[in-house]
Amino acid sequence: MEHIRLNGAYWGLTTLDLLGKLDTVDVDEVVSEVMQCQHESGGFGGNSGHDPHILYTLSAVQVLALFDKVDVLDVEKVADYVAGLQNEDGSFSGDMWGEVDTRFSYIAICCLALLHLLDKINVEKAVDYILSCKNHDGGFGCTPGGESHAGQIFCCVGALAITGSLHRIDKDLLGWWLCERQVKSGGLNGRPEKLPDVCYSWWVLSSLIMIDRVHWIDKQKLAKFILDCQDTENGGISDRPDDACDAYHTYFGVAGLSLLEYPGVKAIDPAYALPVDVVNRIILGIKG
Amino acid sequence: MHGLPRRAPKPEEEEALAAKAKDLRALQSQLLSNHHSKVYTKEALDVSAKLLEKNPECYTAWNYRKLAVQHNLLAVQSDSDSDSGAIKAILDLELKVVVDALKQNYKSYGAWHHRKWVLSKGHCSLDYELKLLKKFQTADSRNFHAWNYRRFVAALLNRSEKEELDYTTEMIENNFSNYSAWHNRSVLLSSLLKKEAPGFFPKEKVLNEEYGIVQQAIFTDPDDQSGWFHYRWLLDQTVKMDAPLLASSWPAHGSNVILSRNRHLYDCSASLFDSFHSDSGTFPLVLYFNQAVKGVNSSTVAIESLFCTEDLDWKPLLQISSQFSQVWVTHIRFPEANSQYEEACAVEVSVGLSQGIVSSSGFDYSHLTRLAFKVCLSPVDTEPSKTQGRDKILWRDENFSLYQTGSEEPHKSLSIDDLIIHNVDKPTTSNWRAETIANEIAIFRELLSETSCKIGKLTLARLLTAYDVIQSQCANKMVNSEEVLELYADLLKLDPTHCQYYKDEHSLVFLQQLTSSKESLLKHCFSHKTLASSSIGNYTCLCLNKLSLTRMGSIEKLLWVQMLDLSHNELHSIEGLEAMQLLSCLNLSNNKLGSFTALAPLRMLKSLQVLDISYNEIGSDTIDKTRYLFSSPLCHTEEISWNKDENVNGCINLTNYWDAFLIFKSMSLTQLAILGNTIAGENFKSFLVKVVPTLEWLDGDKLH
Repeated sequence: MEHIRLNGAYWGLTTLDLLGKLDTVDVDEVVSEVMQCQHESGGFGGNSGHDPHILYTLSAVQVLALFDKVDVLDVEKVADYVAGLQNEDGSFSGDMWGEVDTRFSYIAICCLALLHLLDKINVEKAVDYILSCKNHDGGFGCTPGGESHAGQIFCCVGALAITGSLHRIDKDLLGWWLCERQVKSGGLNGRPEKLPDVCYSWWVLSSLIMIDRVHWIDKQKLAKFILDCQDTENGGISDRPDDACDAYHTYFGVAGLSLLEYPGVKAIDPAYALPVDVVNRIILGIKG
Repeated sequence: MHGLPRRAPKPEEEEALAAKAKDLRALQSQLLSNHHSKVYTKEALDVSAKLLEKNPECYTAWNYRKLAVQHNLLAVQSDSDSDSGAIKAILDLELKVVVDALKQNYKSYGAWHHRKWVLSKGHCSLDYELKLLKKFQTADSRNFHAWNYRRFVAALLNRSEKEELDYTTEMIENNFSNYSAWHNRSVLLSSLLKKEAPGFFPKEKVLNEEYGIVQQAIFTDPDDQSGWFHYRWLLDQTVKMDAPLLASSWPAHGSNVILSRNRHLYDCSASLFDSFHSDSGTFPLVLYFNQAVKGVNSSTVAIESLFCTEDLDWKPLLQISSQFSQVWVTHIRFPEANSQYEEACAVEVSVGLSQGIVSSSGFDYSHLTRLAFKVCLSPVDTEPSKTQGRDKILWRDENFSLYQTGSEEPHKSLSIDDLIIHNVDKPTTSNWRAETIANEIAIFRELLSETSCKIGKLTLARLLTAYDVIQSQCANKMVNSEEVLELYADLLKLDPTHCQYYKDEHSLVFLQQLTSSKESLLKHCFSHKTLASSSIGNYTCLCLNKLSLTRMGSIEKLLWVQMLDLSHNELHSIEGLEAMQLLSCLNLSNNKLGSFTALAPLRMLKSLQVLDISYNEIGSDTIDKTRYLFSSPLCHTEEISWNKDENVNGCINLTNYWDAFLIFKSMSLTQLAILGNTIAGENFKSFLVKVVPTLEWLDGDKLH
């Protein structure tokens, strides 16, 4: 899992912040480790020495944002790396090798918004490309014609939220598809006839919140499902009850509980996937 | 990461894991070293292949291999002795590495992309690709990587959409529980229908066949969701009208609008749908379309009248500014108050006068719609009402009396039907739509007679509603409303997890029913008078309180409403209210509004002066569900500089109440009630007074 170390840092540290324990970590150490992952192009790799990719560039910016240390970056350089990945049709590639996916559209938009440099890309074309991936069920896929998947939906809805384009979505149609992800156990799956998984507590839930349809699921049942996925002996949360825990599912479980307004968990912003106070500080200029 | 059982590893398992990790680290370290040193020998390539076979997620290894391929291809191509066999060997090796990696993880993004990259070079044979896909799709028919790859290969092979559609038919016949196949089916069908491809015209025939196919899926196992969404798409294809149409307007066609500048002197009870009071001396002209359109401006919409001669500015009624909007508004100056205009002035509005109004799916507003109405000034009107000494609006029972229609001049008063613009459809089309829906209704009734299933009831409810909507184009009758409301009540019990969804649908149908006849509407119309003044009623209020409403609807029929009581319901959102441009007094007390941002639609109501949001839940929610649904710095559509606004200079709590600030600063309220919300403390109240300088009453207390 070393190639996704930066992602892991984001999952672990954001979880700590949501639980009010970010101060247990040494800021300078974190900053130094993050910066070691930066490539000469301005982008970040998953770990030191690994190639740059848009995925890890966002994680780097998000981690620095948690500590209010975005200013250690040469912001223009990072933004140029990201903006340089936009294609003619408005889509984004993950890196120089050209894989296109709406995940990367979200990542680019979220990252540039956090750096206050959204105007480095053609936002209108980016939005149009995302909308070209809208399906008949109201959801979104990786590329035009791709099947709706909760992860892709989160990315598209998040990108549309950040760019003020949510009115281009049929909220009732998408809302129904999303609320039908809740299965009998109370957990959420990612697409019809699949098993529930704690990570969908984030992808589905945050999407529902952004389009104001979260009341269409049973929030208490979902909270219970997430809590049942805890390992009460060793800590952590797994994808399903009694499975092995990992940082990824622990983060998504806690983030899901935050969106469900579970007591003791700080509020998380559904579009930027960072604590609300961090987003308010960066985007609205409000010091907490 | 997924699906691994939770248990403490045994010592030998831990050892094996440690050895595996050590091995991987060694391979990775070698790979990175080769990569940074640009070493592309066979030995180096072998290291990367071994690494990718064990860990296909090591994306740098895939990048390395691409660089190696480029390097080695260049070497081969510049070597005059080599043959095309050498190129093939290089690329075939890559394809093998991909297959080995997919064996380890058939969902690896890196592996699939590498294969596409290799094939895009154009030297490889594509024969094997469909076979490979068949293997993967047989093993897991829901693997979306495989479906995406299939789309890529089909394009390279120039396979026709019909061939691919037949493939989905094959998959569905094998196992209908294949949402991925249904999804691809809808994409291909949609394209073939749009092109009117041979065998796929007329669309009615194709859709009828498709209904038959999807019914089999639903009826075989009603709990399997695979066919549900395809069915909903079919229903939408049956009911929807491509071309944008005008649904309603205010003033409505045929109305006689009485305008007034002095509320105290004017008796609003004289006419329900067509009176309007304004201090500003302008009245709104609202156009409500059946879908979002762009291009509404003074070229595409012409307004002819003696008193209105200038070109008007049309604005979309959206919370976030956009080219496309379902509702558009402009403002027209009152005619001058002199003897020339003692009689009513005629106004003629021509919508679609020239080309330019287009829907967001690219269809033109293709015909001309003429709206004609008359406007006159209230006879006792002399001057605008004084802004001081305005009475406090009280929402108590004793302030209301049932609206008396007797005072309306019968030949002048509009019926509910007049509020809706009837767009005549082609007879063949409307027959087919009605017949198809009627047929489906019969089929689903049969299903429900055998098994009481959720999808059966929900689909029947949707079908019955769709039938009513189609019929309402000719005559505004909602014959199925009672049955639909019962179905949603059943669904509440059958599927409690999604009860709020059914409640929302119930509210929408309930309001459709309420607004379907003037008789039912009048039961909710009341004359309001402030006790201090004389017996003349100042407002006619639409009272929709205590109806367990969870959301608003049928707003296209409510554009005439000036006073609205929505108190004691279960509203957590007021989406759609931005269209009610005549709204002056609004009661939202005792609902479930959870944030200031939920009030964003009110920012567009320039006439709104009296607002009651007491006893809601503002301040209690930690998660704001409408944060991204209106124009704000969060969605990069509005700037805010906290120091520059004069009104709030020196206001310490500005950033604490940033959302309240954004909402209230553009409203000119004179009366506001906020008590009973967690946020409503003394700090917030003093903040409000600064941000809304027009406020005269706050929580019942007179200010200043």
